[in-house]
Amino acid sequence: MKFLDEYRDAELAQKFAREIHRLTTKPWTIMEVCGGQTHAIVKFGIDELLPKQIELIHGPGCPVCVTPLEVIDKALEIAARPEVVFTSFGDMLRVPGSTTDLLSVKAKGGDVRIVYSPLDAVKLAEENPAKEIVFFGVGFETTAPATAMAVYQAAQKKLKNFSMLISHVLVPPAIEALMSSPNCRVQGFLAAGHVCAVMGYEEYFPLVKKYRVPIVVTGFEPLDILHGILMVVQQLESGRAEVENQYARAVTRAGNQPAQALVKKVFQVVPRKWRGVGEIPQSGLGLAGEYAAFDADKKFGLTDRRVDEPAECIAGLILQGLKKPHECPAFGTKCTPEHPLGATMVSSEGACAAYYRYRRHA
Amino acid sequence: MCLAIPGKVVSISGDDALTRMGKIDFSGVIKQASLAYVPEVVVGDYVIVHVGFALSKVDEDEAQKVFGYLKQIGELGELEAGEK
Repeated sequence: MKFLDEYRDAELAQKFAREIHRLTTKPWTIMEVCGGQTHAIVKFGIDELLPKQIELIHGPGCPVCVTPLEVIDKALEIAARPEVVFTSFGDMLRVPGSTTDLLSVKAKGGDVRIVYSPLDAVKLAEENPAKEIVFFGVGFETTAPATAMAVYQAAQKKLKNFSMLISHVLVPPAIEALMSSPNCRVQGFLAAGHVCAVMGYEEYFPLVKKYRVPIVVTGFEPLDILHGILMVVQQLESGRAEVENQYARAVTRAGNQPAQALVKKVFQVVPRKWRGVGEIPQSGLGLAGEYAAFDADKKFGLTDRRVDEPAECIAGLILQGLKKPHECPAFGTKCTPEHPLGATMVSSEGACAAYYRYRRHA
Repeated sequence: MCLAIPGKVVSISGDDALTRMGKIDFSGVIKQASLAYVPEVVVGDYVIVHVGFALSKVDEDEAQKVFGYLKQIGELGELEAGEK
């Protein structure tokens, strides 16, 4: 596929790797924020091409992984109701709640359906006026324009039987939370390319200034990731800390303004709890007052639930880059993708699932 | 989750900016995507698509830059090898 295959060329990847080896004189710790990048790094063995001094730590950029347990429990409760058709992206279905998961609710007769786009859920609502259609709105800034459009169109069509359970999260506040933690080891970031395709990268300038940390907007193919790492290493080795854009074929400085405008209209910035990390101020999106009628939380009376996470899962430490998956005693034994203890083992973008799939024998 | 892939716009339907849809060719697999957020896109352009929405138009000049950079590195490497 054009703009995809040419960025997977093994020989060119080696060329980047050699250049990174040539430039690296000190140990550096770099975090890739996005789960899609984590998956590609482990799948293609990109970390194994790097000099030993460069450590990649896998950041919290997997929305499936960071959706808090209580939101999963709310989804399960709503999905089990007889009048509800619960719609979701496929990767949320196996995420374990406190007692069960959406797939099991479906097996017991709950009407749970996978949709490709949030607009498919709006269409279902139009076609099934006697049913309550609920969409599970998770994701980063990349996905918010799609969920915003679904809510906006539902409002335009005056649909009364459509609502959304929302757990949208934002990247820059998570980077800020990581950087301000006393345990933080991160010296440079690969910022998530598709988040920036929507948001642009102006939000990162204050972070770079405050924490003196290089941030390079990076794509998802092996050559993109290696190029992004090289750009971070070039900055670190020369003592610079700047925002740079490796993924300029898809990302502009100002981002996608029509998308930002609709996200701003439909949503407002709210505090959000991240599974395994805790509450981060101003790190999520919730519906703006004008669209409150589409809030499934309120519609089904589920606000103010709090659930504790299983003690033996170290997903929180992994999401903060303080531990690697294979350092968890439950990894590959009590916790597998078939029977996950925590969300990082569920999603293919979660660090634990990526290590389980590609690194079990390492 | 933030997976988004490039595809070529093969046709466009609808005039209203918010409901404009495109047929997108992903190497032979054709899917519909909303073009609401990429008003500038015309047939023949490549777009990055995520959950049924085109999020940006691929800038073909920028797409080549990574290869230009690699070429530079290659020449640099050969230059250094020649000096040894």
